[in-house]
Amino acid sequence: MGKNKETAMPARRVRISRGEQIFYVINYIVMAAVGLICLYPMWYVLVASFSDPNKMMMHTGGLLKPLGFSTSAYEKVFANPNIISGYRNVLFILIVGVILCLIMTSLGAYVLSRKNLLWKKPLMLFIMFTMFFSGGMIPFYLNLKSFNLTNSLWGLIIPFMITTYNMIILRTSFESIPESLIEAAQIDGASHMKILTSIVLPLSKAALAVQVLYYGVEKWNAWFWASSIIRDRDKLPLQVILREILLSSTANMQAGGGGDTEAIGRTIRYATIMVATVPILMIYPLIQKYFTKGVMIGAVKE
Amino acid sequence: MKKKNSNFIQDVKTDWKRNKSLYFIIIPVILFYILFMYKPMYGALIAFQDYSPAKGMGGSNWVGFKHFIKFFNSPYFFRLIRNTIVLSLYSLIFCFPAPIILALLLNEVKNKKFKSVTQTMTYLPHFISMVVAVGIIQEFCLNDGLINDIVVMFGGERSAILQNPKLYRMIYIVSDIWQQIGWGSIMYLAALAGVDQQLYEAASIDGAGKWKQILNVTIPGIMPTVIIMLILRIGSLMSMGYEKTILLYNPTTYETADIISSYVYRVGLLEQSWSYSTAIGLLNSIINCALLVFANKMSKRVTENSLW
Repeated sequence: MGKNKETAMPARRVRISRGEQIFYVINYIVMAAVGLICLYPMWYVLVASFSDPNKMMMHTGGLLKPLGFSTSAYEKVFANPNIISGYRNVLFILIVGVILCLIMTSLGAYVLSRKNLLWKKPLMLFIMFTMFFSGGMIPFYLNLKSFNLTNSLWGLIIPFMITTYNMIILRTSFESIPESLIEAAQIDGASHMKILTSIVLPLSKAALAVQVLYYGVEKWNAWFWASSIIRDRDKLPLQVILREILLSSTANMQAGGGGDTEAIGRTIRYATIMVATVPILMIYPLIQKYFTKGVMIGAVKE
Repeated sequence: MKKKNSNFIQDVKTDWKRNKSLYFIIIPVILFYILFMYKPMYGALIAFQDYSPAKGMGGSNWVGFKHFIKFFNSPYFFRLIRNTIVLSLYSLIFCFPAPIILALLLNEVKNKKFKSVTQTMTYLPHFISMVVAVGIIQEFCLNDGLINDIVVMFGGERSAILQNPKLYRMIYIVSDIWQQIGWGSIMYLAALAGVDQQLYEAASIDGAGKWKQILNVTIPGIMPTVIIMLILRIGSLMSMGYEKTILLYNPTTYETADIISSYVYRVGLLEQSWSYSTAIGLLNSIINCALLVFANKMSKRVTENSLW
C-alpha cells in the first residue's frame, strides 16, 4: 500500500491532460455512487425498522431517515422466544465451531507448510481433490445420518471443521515465516506442537484474524443444513428462525392480511433483519486492521 | 530398478524417523477428510442402486445406469440443463468482470481516505446472510415495494416482479453483483498493489498516457490473477449455488429459475428419492470436474497460467 505514494509522484510532475482530469472527476463520482448503492438497501432496512408502522404503510418510494420514530417492532422481535433460542444456538455454533475450525485448520496448515516432507505432495492432492469433486448433497446428508449427527447442533459444527480453501490460505502465510526461526527452535529441542503454538501461531495474527472472519461469517450466516437436519424447534439457529418469519409474513402480505397486523408485520420483518445482521457486521471493523494484510498474503502468492 | 526401490524404502524410513511427529499432528485432519469428504464420495455409489435406508447400502439392489437414463428421459432434463447453463453464462459475463472493473477504477483513486471508505461500503453486502439478502430482495419486489414505487415514478405499472419468470434471472444476477462486487475486488486490488511501480515510471518516461499505462502495465499485471479466477469460475460453471435459488424461486418461476442443484434438493431431501437425486448430483459433479480440467488445460496452452 505504501507504494501508492510513488505512483502519485511522477503523475504530479507530468502535467495531467484535460482528458485525464475529466476521467478522475467522473471516476470519483462513479465510485461514490457504487459505494452508496451497495450501502442503500441496508440503510433502507435500518431506517424502516425504526419507522412508525402506520406511516410506513402509507409511504411510497425511498427513505433517507425514519418516518416518525418507533421501537415497537424491536420490542415485538425480542419478545419472540424463538429469536432468543435462535440467538443462543447460533452463538454456540459460532463459538465452539470457530474454535474447532481454528484448531483443525492450523494443524493441517502447519504440517503442509513444512519442507522436506516426503508425503507432502500426495497429502496436498488428497486434500485439494475435495475442492473440485464431492459426493454431493444427498450422500453428505446420509453420511451425517449414519453418524447420528442429524437433529443436533454438533451436526452443524463437526462436518464443517475445515474449509479447504481457508486451510490453503493459512498454509501460505505459515510458509512465509522464516525457516531459521523454526530450525533454531528444533535445535533447542522444541516439539512441533510447541513450535506451532509458541512461534508460528503468535507470528500469524493477521492470517488467523482472517480465518476467524471467514469461519465466523460462515457459521453465523449458515442456514441450509440447519433447516435440513434439525427437527426440534428449540435447536434452530437464528437464520432459520429468521427465514420462517420472513416467509410467513411475505405469505400474509400476498394474501392481503390487511390492517394493523400488516402494518406492524412489515416493520417487524425489517427489525428482525437488523437483529440478525448487525452482530456479524460488528465483527468486521474489529479485525479490519489485520484483514488487509492477512488476505493479501494469501492472495498474492496464490 | 531394484536399487531404486530400496532407495525409496530408505527414504520412507528416514522421512518417518524425522517427521513422525508431523504425521501424528495431521491425523485428525486426515480423519476429517476421510469421514466427511471421501466417505460421502463412496456413498455416492447409491446412484447405481435402488437405495432404501432400511436396507442400507449393502442390502440395496444394484441397477446400473437406470437413474441416469431416467434423468435423460425426464421432461425436466432440457429445462434444467438450459437454466443452469444460461444462468452460469450470465454470471460469467456480468458478475465475473464487475469486481475487476471496480478494482481497476478504485486503483485510480488517489485519495486514500475516500478509497478505504468506498471499499468498506462495498464490502458490507458480502456479510449479509443469503436469507437476509433474499429477504430484502423479496421486500423490495413486493407489489407496494421500493422497486415498484420507482417503476411507477417513471410511468410504469405495478407488477408482481418475483412471480415473473422473465425477470428472475436479472434479479438473480443484479443482486449477485450487489453482494459480491466489493468483496470480489479485494483479490484484484491485492494483485494491483503487487504490480511493479517502476514499470509505470518507465512507461510515463516513454510518453505513455494514463490510458496506455492501464492497457500495457496494469492489465498485464493482474492477468495471472484474472486467469486463475476464471479457471475456477469455469470449473464451477454447472454448480450454481442452490442456496440462493431455493430461497428466491417459487413454483411460478420454475420455468427459468429451477437449476440442477435446486432440483437435486427437491427430489432428494424433500421427496426422498435418494438414488435418483444422487445420480443427478453425481453427473453434475463429473461435468464440473471435466470443465475444470479442460479450462486448466486451455489456459496452460494459451497463457501459461494454470492451477496445477
